Amino acid sequence: MIRLTEARFDPGAELTAFCAGRTESGAVASFVGIARGEGGAATALELQAYAGFTEGEIGRMVEAAMTRFDLHDALVIHRHGRIAPGEPIVMVATASAHRRAAFEACDYLMDYLKSRAPFWKKEHGPAGARWVEPTERDLDDLARWD
Amino acid sequence: MRVLLFGRLGDIAGWRERGFDPAPTSLSALKALIAAEDAALGLALGAKGVRAAVDKVVVRGEAALGPGAEVAFLPPMSGG
Repeated sequence: MIRLTEARFDPGAELTAFCAGRTESGAVASFVGIARGEGGAATALELQAYAGFTEGEIGRMVEAAMTRFDLHDALVIHRHGRIAPGEPIVMVATASAHRRAAFEACDYLMDYLKSRAPFWKKEHGPAGARWVEPTERDLDDLARWD
Repeated sequence: MRVLLFGRLGDIAGWRERGFDPAPTSLSALKALIAAEDAALGLALGAKGVRAAVDKVVVRGEAALGPGAEVAFLPPMSGG
């Protein structure tokens, strides 16, 4: 399931719901990304999504992960709009028969979300605002899966 | 035709969404029209890593545009 939301979400409650009723998935892995304050240098993040397009692109990434790692299920929740330091921005959860596939699929999905998901991120701080684009490190992380 | 700008492109242009009427009939004609009006935005649209989507599908190179098309310009993305 893919959900874009401007509202805060509760990662614990989401994970509980994702695990509920599973009798055949022996493994669930999850990742939560949280907005950093950068020691006061970042006061807020502003994320733009392209309604109708962003969900479709993420859906294709999730489909690819489902096949590649033989997942039973996957969850992606991503915030957009204005996000304060300490708030969750993104959550990924994956379910599979055994742990390795769940861990790896979670890692894979996050690498794709960081560099390929259609979001545009602006960091606001006392020194002004700047657009953040994928770093060399993000692109190297992504290349691990080629 | 509706044109959408994302990320830094919207800051450069001073707008994020605009109608074009009459509508240019190709992506290159639209870019030329924008560049003639706003040279800085024209340069930014041609920069490395900036992609275009027509009716929410990414296109590579040239594309024909209908009068009701939605064209989005997408700079490099950064999620999570």
